[in-house]
Amino acid sequence: MQNTPSAGASAAAREVEAARQRQRRNRWLGEETRWGYIFLLPVLAYLAVFVVFPVVYAFYLSFHEWNMLSPTMKFVGLDNYQQLFQDQTFILSLVNTAIFTVGVIGSIVVLSLALALALDTKLKGINFFRGVYYTPAVTSVIVIAAVWTWIYEPNFGILNNLARMVGLPQLRWLSDTSMALPSVIITAVWRNVGYFGVIFLAGLQGIDTIYYEAAKVDGANAWERFRHVTIPLLMPTTFYVVVMGIISSFQVFGLIYAMTGGGPVNATSVIVYYLYKQAFVYFRMGYASATAYVLFAIIFALTLIQFRLLGRRIET
Amino acid sequence: MIKLGRLLPKALLLLVLLVGAAVTLLPYVWMVSSSLKTEAEVFTAGISFIPAHPTLDAYSKALERTQVARYLFNSMFVSTGETLLVCTTSVLAGYSFARLRFPGRDLIFLIVLGTMMIPTQVTMIPSFIIIKWLGWIDTYQGLIVPRAVMAFGIFLMRQFFMTIPYELEEAGRIDGCNRPRLLFQIMLPLTGPALATLAIFSFTNAWNEFFWPLIVTTSEDVKTIQVALATMRGGEVVEWTTLMATVTMSALPTLVVYLLLQRYFTKGIIMSGIKG
Repeated sequence: MQNTPSAGASAAAREVEAARQRQRRNRWLGEETRWGYIFLLPVLAYLAVFVVFPVVYAFYLSFHEWNMLSPTMKFVGLDNYQQLFQDQTFILSLVNTAIFTVGVIGSIVVLSLALALALDTKLKGINFFRGVYYTPAVTSVIVIAAVWTWIYEPNFGILNNLARMVGLPQLRWLSDTSMALPSVIITAVWRNVGYFGVIFLAGLQGIDTIYYEAAKVDGANAWERFRHVTIPLLMPTTFYVVVMGIISSFQVFGLIYAMTGGGPVNATSVIVYYLYKQAFVYFRMGYASATAYVLFAIIFALTLIQFRLLGRRIET
Repeated sequence: MIKLGRLLPKALLLLVLLVGAAVTLLPYVWMVSSSLKTEAEVFTAGISFIPAHPTLDAYSKALERTQVARYLFNSMFVSTGETLLVCTTSVLAGYSFARLRFPGRDLIFLIVLGTMMIPTQVTMIPSFIIIKWLGWIDTYQGLIVPRAVMAFGIFLMRQFFMTIPYELEEAGRIDGCNRPRLLFQIMLPLTGPALATLAIFSFTNAWNEFFWPLIVTTSEDVKTIQVALATMRGGEVVEWTTLMATVTMSALPTLVVYLLLQRYFTKGIIMSGIKG
């Protein structure tokens, strides 16, 4: 502004430069926008067809009665939801799912953490052990169900053979109404300990050693260090394990389908198994959609509650 | 790090780990050993892990009586197709979210992450109706297409693309590369490890998938091995040797892939575990 003679010229030059920059930015913005959306096209199409539409349509269906074959569906309002909570089998499935979840997650948190602590040592061959423990996580649940059904076989399976040899009572693992659910829980725990163990291990190794050193300087013994350093600092991992564990346990299906078929007499019927039968055996699409939404609501509520309960503790 | 080694003697720790490993591996040993036994040996009291008269009879029986070979082929075909699609869509979307700036990007990304919260059971019934409407029930495309996008895969690729320095792309841009060439010729070759992790993760997922194939397939020609296995024990009398032979054959592909590429598996799970 001070050297007036050149002010006009430099202002013009600045303007030209700014315009050029704007033009360049616009061109890049345009180019990025164009390719951004082109690259996203498959995902957007997929989301529209297989996520957004289904979520809306399932909600719509849940207020209707429809068997998939008839050309029209009947609006029934909240009837499906009402019926659901009056159905003893559904209530039982809900309770079974809760028992399964608590049984599996409770055991997993303790066993997986113990496993992670054991694996977090500088022992020779520790990678071998980690590899072994993780194997069930990459095996399909159907394979696991078949092998465990054979293990549980009442006459010639390993467990009853073993029981016979040491003189313990032989259990009817999968065919006894009070034993079937615990048996499936055992199998589920066997499958998931290694998976969550590896997650806990990653969490443990993410804790900075200075905390342990500081605790040691303060004279804390091994147990105190575990109690006051490991446990609190591992909270985010524990939180993740519990949330993911609950979400996947609430959706247990393959193990149930292949091991017990929900039986004996609905003793192992779980929500998703109940939903499967309503939708794809009885073709009650509206009713099954209502079941799906109740499942959605439960999972959502449980996740929120945990975020409020545990989430707060993580910050401290 | 807590020194458990000081808490317990090392030998005790090793013993515990060994017992745990035995419990983990025993069902696999039992599976293979049963498949190699004669039908008579299976039905004798007592536990023996080593077959008295090892035989492959159960395998030939399984291959003869059921279409195991066909089921395995179906699973292989469907899993490969799904993996290719998942990798393609994840690379495209991941790059777009990581490297391009455009209106609506963050909202769309949030929606993609949000879909991970929705239980598959909610979308399953309408998806089934769509597939039926398309006439895709009992077809490969009916199995593959509804699994073409994986939110976790998009997330994984996005995180990976964000770590690649911008200079590489700048250089390409100065040389006059357009976007597809930037992505496919400059960026894609750098994604090797992340893409391998995703491919393995998605293949195992697809191979082990059960619910969707169960409802979409009706004929033996399209059934995947998981569906075939789960519905095989329909009758009262179970031929355990034949069943265990089938089970072994269906477990083998993932186990072999796992043995060969173990590090990618744990990498994938740690990435999903910490950031998911």
